[in-house]
Amino acid sequence: MNIETSPIALIVEDEPQIRRFVRMALEGEGWQVHQSETLKRGLIDAGTRTPDLIVLDLGLPDGDGVELIREVRTWSPVPIIVLSARIDESDKITALDAGADDYLTKPFGIGELLARVRAALRRQHKAGGEPSARIVFGKVEVDLQMRRVARAGEPVHLTPTEYKLLSVLLANLGRVVTAPQLLREVWGPSNADNGHYVRIYMGHLRQKLEDDPTQPRHLLTETAVGYRLQP
Amino acid sequence: MAYHAGMSMFRPSQASNGARPLAKVAAGVGISLLTAVVGLPLLPLLDLVNVAMLFLLAVVLVAIRLGRAPAAAASLVAFCALVLAAHPADAPGFGLGEFRYAVALAVMLAVGWITARLTASLREQAAGAVGREARTRALYEFARALQPALLTDQVFDITLRFAERTFDARGAVLLPDAAGRLALPAPGAGMPVLSVLDMAAAQWAYDHASAAGAGTGTLPGNQYVYLPLVAPMRTRGVLALRLPEQSLPAAPEQRGLLDAFAALAAIALERVHYVEVAQETEVKMEGERLRNSLLAALSHDLRTPLTGLVGLSESLTLSRPQLEGSQMELAAALRDEARRMSTLVANLLDMARIQSDGVKLNLQWQLIEELVGSALRACRWQLGARRIETRMPADLPLVRFDATLLERVLCNLLENAGKYTPPAARIALAADADRDAGMLRLRVLDDGPGLPPGREDALFEKFVRGRQESPIAGVGLGLAICRAIVEAHGGRMRAFNLEAGGACFEVALPLGQPPAMPAADIAESQET
Repeated sequence: MNIETSPIALIVEDEPQIRRFVRMALEGEGWQVHQSETLKRGLIDAGTRTPDLIVLDLGLPDGDGVELIREVRTWSPVPIIVLSARIDESDKITALDAGADDYLTKPFGIGELLARVRAALRRQHKAGGEPSARIVFGKVEVDLQMRRVARAGEPVHLTPTEYKLLSVLLANLGRVVTAPQLLREVWGPSNADNGHYVRIYMGHLRQKLEDDPTQPRHLLTETAVGYRLQP
Repeated sequence: MAYHAGMSMFRPSQASNGARPLAKVAAGVGISLLTAVVGLPLLPLLDLVNVAMLFLLAVVLVAIRLGRAPAAAASLVAFCALVLAAHPADAPGFGLGEFRYAVALAVMLAVGWITARLTASLREQAAGAVGREARTRALYEFARALQPALLTDQVFDITLRFAERTFDARGAVLLPDAAGRLALPAPGAGMPVLSVLDMAAAQWAYDHASAAGAGTGTLPGNQYVYLPLVAPMRTRGVLALRLPEQSLPAAPEQRGLLDAFAALAAIALERVHYVEVAQETEVKMEGERLRNSLLAALSHDLRTPLTGLVGLSESLTLSRPQLEGSQMELAAALRDEARRMSTLVANLLDMARIQSDGVKLNLQWQLIEELVGSALRACRWQLGARRIETRMPADLPLVRFDATLLERVLCNLLENAGKYTPPAARIALAADADRDAGMLRLRVLDDGPGLPPGREDALFEKFVRGRQESPIAGVGLGLAICRAIVEAHGGRMRAFNLEAGGACFEVALPLGQPPAMPAADIAESQET
């Protein structure tokens, strides 16, 4: 990201009114905003403007936004936030697995949008620096080197599978990790059909780490898409 | 037309070739005499043996053309003529030597007999072949006429037309209803009138899939013959035919023809049936495709402007310099209404989706706790400052449901609780597994004013609201979609007032047999 000048955002969205308020919201935060109406234009702008953030609509008139994600990911780790009006959750999973950082379902609020943008940028910053050995969220403290977890100062015992699941979420702190990805990374590629494993172990983690597992503040569910560890 | 030529072949022939046997014998004698008149004067020129050959030729011809008896008569005349020719009448004595002519007589008789028999059997075979050929042709014509038929009525029409042409019979096709009872055909022009007894016989033929009525083993006294239309998959109906007296299906080949006729009609009916089934399926698939693309388009076209509305109104509330008091209120109201509108649209779209036939639920084994957590997070803003309490045991079993849709149910219930209770109300979410009933119960309770008594069930109807003239916005679709979703999962929904005051909405979902965890993980979780 440019430190001297204001950061650059690229909005790829065919709907002018949505472009307008997303632009206003980002400009209010000090962004310099470029807009593209089509997938083709978006691909060109993503290459020439070297944006620090891409806000991408999945349903573009000339193609599927997922193509842009795949294309951009071949050369850049720039944060991509996807906007989706579709009812089918599998589109979001496809976009996230293709490399999108986050998604928002239309209609979405400006507060939500800006929160996602900030979280994505924070991650971007961290990824550049030394990986932190100690992560804190809420009352929970995780020592990645010693593989120790404590809640409110008390040590918490996690089984190896639970710890593995937590570490995948920690590696993607603040970012949605799709259920298929969690299954792949924790249980291996042969367990793609066992979605309930993830849910059961997320339940265990919530029981051990959350104050009220039915109203979690950190281990959040993105219904039918995946999970997010909210710092 | 071609089949007219053949049709009379199946009816027993009334005119026989042997109607006047005496005349034929006389003709045989005549031919022999003619041979004698022509042949005997040649005797001085030819040898007697050669003249005898002429007689033999005459006998053979008579045998071929006229049959056995005329051939025998011709042989006798020829014998006499030969004897007379060899021994003129004035010659004395008729010695033993003349007996050698008896050999010639015997040969002529034998040749005549054998020839006549061979000829007769050949003629019979030829007649049979013509009959078979005509039957085959009639069936072929019938099959070909049935080929292009695409409607049941066309099959009926063709069958009855050919029954009339081929068998000279009038009749009707009887089809069964859904319960397998044959229905009386609608009376129309040329339709025979079937009595109750006739229908009973037809029903018997249908139930037993074998022929009944005139000329068969069952109820032969009936004036109709009832042929079951047996197709490969099942019996499709009964063909009732009133055959003319002389062509009752007693003869095996006549019976065979009738059976083949019925089988052709049955196969045509079955084919037409499957054509209809295929067309229906195609129409259904086309409808499904259309509905899906319509929903996707609607979803996009409605959500896009709504996203603009929500975002733009929110931009207003956030704009700098900040809006003044009343302007700010207006902007906030605009934002809230836009949000409400988008919830409504989401409900409408879900309703459309769930009520279309063959809706595909994304069923997964889910944690109730997770569902409650995400629903609370999704509609937190609609609950304001109300206190929310969750009560659920830690050992709830996994339940199989579509998480997105169930989240919509919980959100609607929570949103209702937010709309109809005072801002300081308490809302509770409780879950428990009733293993005896095999149901998981999920309840949303509040301590608000409760439901209007006696209208608890009516609330779940579309466009019904608790209080008709309510200042609270809504069209009464929320609970209807809740019930549609829960019932699509094989569950139940009800609403009632709590004794302590307040309303309770209960969702019951069937408990299934949750899938197992891998063995290593079970050991792991016991260790904790």
